[in-house]
Amino acid sequence: MADVASFDAEAVTAAVAEGIEKIQNASTLEELKAIKSRYAGAESAMTLASKAIGALPKDQKKDAGKLMGKLRADFGRAFGTKESEVKAAEEAAKLASETVDMTQPVNRKPLGARHPLPKVMEDVQDFFVSMGWQVADGPEVETEWYDFDALNFGPDHPARQMQDTFYVKGNQAKDAAGFVGSNMVMRTQTSSDQVRALLTRGVPLYIACTGRVFRTDELDATHTPVFHQCEALAVDKHLTMANLKGVLDKLAVAMFGPEAKSRLRPSYFPFTEPSAELDLWFPDKKGGPGWIEWGGCGMVNPNVLKSAGIDPDVYTGFAFGVGIERTLLLRHDINDMHDLVEGDVRFSEQFAMGE
Amino acid sequence: MPMIDIDWLKDHVEVPEDLTYEQLAKDLVRVGLEEEEIHRSQLTGPIVVGYVVDATPEPQKNGKIINWCHVDVGDEYNETDENGNKVPRGIICGAPNMAAGEKVVVTLPGAVLPGDFRIEPRKTYGHISNGMCASERELGLGDAHNGIILLREYGFSKEEYDALEPGDDAMELLHLNNPLLEINITPDRGYAFSYRGVAREYHHATGAAYVDPAIELGEKAPHEAKSIDGAAPVKDMDVFVEDNNPIHGVVGCDRYYGRIVRGFNPSAPTPSWMRRRLIRAGMRSISLAVDVTNYVMLDLGQPLHAYDLNKIEGPIVVRRAGEGEQLTTLDEKEHKLSPEDLLITDSPNGERASRILGLAGVMGGLYGEVTDETTDLFIEAAHFDQVTIARSARRHKIPSEASRRFERGVDPQLQPAAVEMAVELLTRYGSGEGSRTPVDYNQTKRPNDIRFKVSEVSRVAGLDLDTNRISDILTDIGCHVGGGGNGEFSVLPPTWRPDLTEPCDLVEEVARLVGYDEIPVIVPPVPVTGDTGLTLEQRRQRWVADTLAQYGLVETLSYPFVGDADYKAFAMDAKAIKPVSVEITNPLAGDRPFLRRSLLLTLARTVQRNIRRGLQNVSLYELGHVFLWDPNAPAIPALPGGVKPTDEQLAALDAGLPDQPQHVAAIFTGKAEDSGWLGETRDVDWSDAVEAVRRVFDRLGAELNLVQPAAADVPAEWHPGRYAEIVAADGTKVGEVGEFHPHVNEALGFPEHSAAFELNLTAWLPTLDDKPVQAKPISTFPPVRQDLAFTVPESVTARQLEDVIREAAGDALESIELFDVFSGEQVGEGQKSLAYAVVFRSPVKTLDASDSEAIRQAIVEKAATLGAQLRA
Repeated sequence: MADVASFDAEAVTAAVAEGIEKIQNASTLEELKAIKSRYAGAESAMTLASKAIGALPKDQKKDAGKLMGKLRADFGRAFGTKESEVKAAEEAAKLASETVDMTQPVNRKPLGARHPLPKVMEDVQDFFVSMGWQVADGPEVETEWYDFDALNFGPDHPARQMQDTFYVKGNQAKDAAGFVGSNMVMRTQTSSDQVRALLTRGVPLYIACTGRVFRTDELDATHTPVFHQCEALAVDKHLTMANLKGVLDKLAVAMFGPEAKSRLRPSYFPFTEPSAELDLWFPDKKGGPGWIEWGGCGMVNPNVLKSAGIDPDVYTGFAFGVGIERTLLLRHDINDMHDLVEGDVRFSEQFAMGE
Repeated sequence: MPMIDIDWLKDHVEVPEDLTYEQLAKDLVRVGLEEEEIHRSQLTGPIVVGYVVDATPEPQKNGKIINWCHVDVGDEYNETDENGNKVPRGIICGAPNMAAGEKVVVTLPGAVLPGDFRIEPRKTYGHISNGMCASERELGLGDAHNGIILLREYGFSKEEYDALEPGDDAMELLHLNNPLLEINITPDRGYAFSYRGVAREYHHATGAAYVDPAIELGEKAPHEAKSIDGAAPVKDMDVFVEDNNPIHGVVGCDRYYGRIVRGFNPSAPTPSWMRRRLIRAGMRSISLAVDVTNYVMLDLGQPLHAYDLNKIEGPIVVRRAGEGEQLTTLDEKEHKLSPEDLLITDSPNGERASRILGLAGVMGGLYGEVTDETTDLFIEAAHFDQVTIARSARRHKIPSEASRRFERGVDPQLQPAAVEMAVELLTRYGSGEGSRTPVDYNQTKRPNDIRFKVSEVSRVAGLDLDTNRISDILTDIGCHVGGGGNGEFSVLPPTWRPDLTEPCDLVEEVARLVGYDEIPVIVPPVPVTGDTGLTLEQRRQRWVADTLAQYGLVETLSYPFVGDADYKAFAMDAKAIKPVSVEITNPLAGDRPFLRRSLLLTLARTVQRNIRRGLQNVSLYELGHVFLWDPNAPAIPALPGGVKPTDEQLAALDAGLPDQPQHVAAIFTGKAEDSGWLGETRDVDWSDAVEAVRRVFDRLGAELNLVQPAAADVPAEWHPGRYAEIVAADGTKVGEVGEFHPHVNEALGFPEHSAAFELNLTAWLPTLDDKPVQAKPISTFPPVRQDLAFTVPESVTARQLEDVIREAAGDALESIELFDVFSGEQVGEGQKSLAYAVVFRSPVKTLDASDSEAIRQAIVEKAATLGAQLRA
């Protein structure tokens, strides 16, 4: 044998055919690499045959070159096709091996929850803000003057005794009837903020006060000694009871949906005259659409305006208060006040971050 | 609150025959008398009239005599004998008043009586008793149980009684199956504490014809005789009002009317219809004399008092109590009297005003009462000052039917009519004769006229009404309406409406009678004045609440009341804390009379409740107020309403109030991380609390500063080595964070290492920067990352070392992160290793090796001032 093998067309064709067959039987990239090296590498029959072309007589070179071109193309095509196939199969197998059950619960950073009471208060505040009103809150331990006297509950007013008031202990002060005490109470109503707001902000005034209030009712399914109210107060020239009804209807819709509406019934509060009970109608009421008590309201009593130094002949005003607990109970079909006040996480969690 | 019986209401106003209690409630609520409840009958029939055919006494071994009776209860209910004939029922009856020939009330098998008492045939005393003859008590009609009901004694006329047939429905006959409407009376409507008033309101609601019963009675009532020729007029009693201590200058009694009834039969029974009405109104039937006074009060609204004339000696003096006087009231309670209490006294043995007969308008005393031997009566109808009565009832804690009416206001012109009605009833049912020579001390004043601009109705109520309509409405409620030419009326309110004093009161009357539904609905346009929208502080509070919920905490609310048990659990010194805590005079729970100074005390109870309910990993937060009592705060003045206080007075009101800052607090227990099947789990500790605070600070754009005091200075409820004060940018302490002391966790039943924080929002929020964030330019030059590990003495805090690194690196420092902390042999006794990953980046150029080396060198040198050494 010479250094350079002689060109053997038949042999190289057979070798390439063998290589192509091996390619077609291969199933891994490693196998393909080995086949490529063996049948197309430096020592392969194909490479050696190409080199041998140089030694051929001139008239045979052309045919030999043509043959080698075809063999190389056949081999390359077969290799390329198989290589893509194997790659795709290997990737598919890898992905298959990575398959998980996506329904396994994942909760690495659990969301907490807001309590629905402050969230509803925020909803109510947002309603008033959307109407261009201000929002405020006053002290929970309040002077009797702001909670009662300024609101036209004189010291001997029967309604003052009906408020089931928590009194703050003290012996430093005397009330107007001469009873020794502190002249302080846990505020019985957010109406105590009315005169504070009028005194500090003046008129015209459109303000909503949300907050906690206190009455000596034992906790049961429908009562709690600590509860929340939203008080709304508007004092301006030319305000009438018609404006009160307008705002109430809007609030009912904001809190209970587009079909909700309000209704007034005559009642009595020392700080309003005329006074009314406020009923709410909404379609999703438990037991079917209907009216339900929601709060109290009326036109600000002239004596209240006078307590704040405002001339009742020039200004009129309306005020109303709604219970936040009541709003929640009605809206969310909560049957037991205990659930609202006990702080069981299972209750709050139903509301997540609020609506 | 009052019970309304349609049958009684009919006495004064025409009601439709088929009026239901539901409809009555609807009608009354329209004019402001709200339904409290419709009370339904507790009875189920059959309950029928029975005629006792025979009653055979059968003495028993135990000495009792039992009657074996046959009672005819009508064909429908009688028994059928073997021949198919209807025969009276056999019934056993032990009542002593059972006798043949009586008409009685029989409860038949199938009937259910109050207390779920089911009537069934039963074998007793050797017979089958096929029903029961009922007593009043058994039917819920009253207390009488010393015999069965004999219809003969029930106040029917002879014709009515004769017409009663066996088998007649006794439920109907005795109104046993009638519901009752309980209504709420608002404090301004004293007159609605009577059928007279409710009937008028029903008339206002429906237009039904109404006749004021007081008019005819008033016309019939005798007047006090006038003095003729200087001779003392003849009158039943001398009465003097001697008030030496009027409240607000108002004399305690401005009218006292009284009349004598002589020859009264004390054993005369109360007619059944009256007894029935009283019992249905919730009152006990006591005796005819007492029942009549109560009946007149319920009907007309005027409290009456009946005295045994032969026990009292004139003159009667109405006066205030003296110091040290005492009274035992009818309910046998002893009261120490106050100089503000108004008394009815008489004058035995010529000692004027020496004997106390009762606390005026509230409750009578034991002496002078009508008894079952009283034949001569003195009937008192008075008018007392509302405030005096309200204070006495409040002072002695004896609210009564009388005080309830007087403190809301009784008609000062009603007294003669009320006594006339009582005298008529007493003489008709108890014989005797009423005098025609009453005493009438009368110093009542005519109500003030109200100048009423008609335009007020539209200015306040938004109702556009015709002037005549307004006048008609006011006339209908009892006002005298005059004037009107210039659009202004002069309105004299009726004597039974002391609540009508101002034009706005009349606006309400007009609006409620027209109907609030007639008022139009107009949304007011709000003028934009001053700030609108939420304040920054309000928004920040919401951000705090949302941030903590997003961090995984659950928001709760707790009552602010605390007491010894809470102080003890938190290892707090109760003796030190109580004098600076707000205390409630009348707490609901006597062991928790104080208001919290820290949210953690009450929040801890919420956590406990959750843990006791079997919940785990309970981490909660709360926003709320705490209350800081200042024992040296000035007294709060008592000021009148309706007048704007001076600036000094307003300042004094607020100066006396305790500080009530708003706080936020959280408690962390159980697992901080628990990813379930993912397998990542970790218990909470101080770091979770610190991270929560840091998130809150981050959310509000504030830098968190913690200052860790020496163990000896850590408050007792906190872990001495795991506690820090939260300090605002201005250096004030605004909160606390750390782990609870193990003793506290144990006392509360919390897991070890439970952690918490509390932050004073009222103090902290104002320290925050309100200005918009000033953005720094973003450098696009490449960063240089380095790790720097220092050995430092244990006493050096991570914060101190970080601060010096920041200072030394200056603007080139982009970020710094502590990534490793350890101590032990490698670093030596009293030392620890803190390793930081730092990133340097220049805003103006690419940092080369020499630049970063220079920064590093600066850091190392500066750190050395803390005793820190760079580890190799």
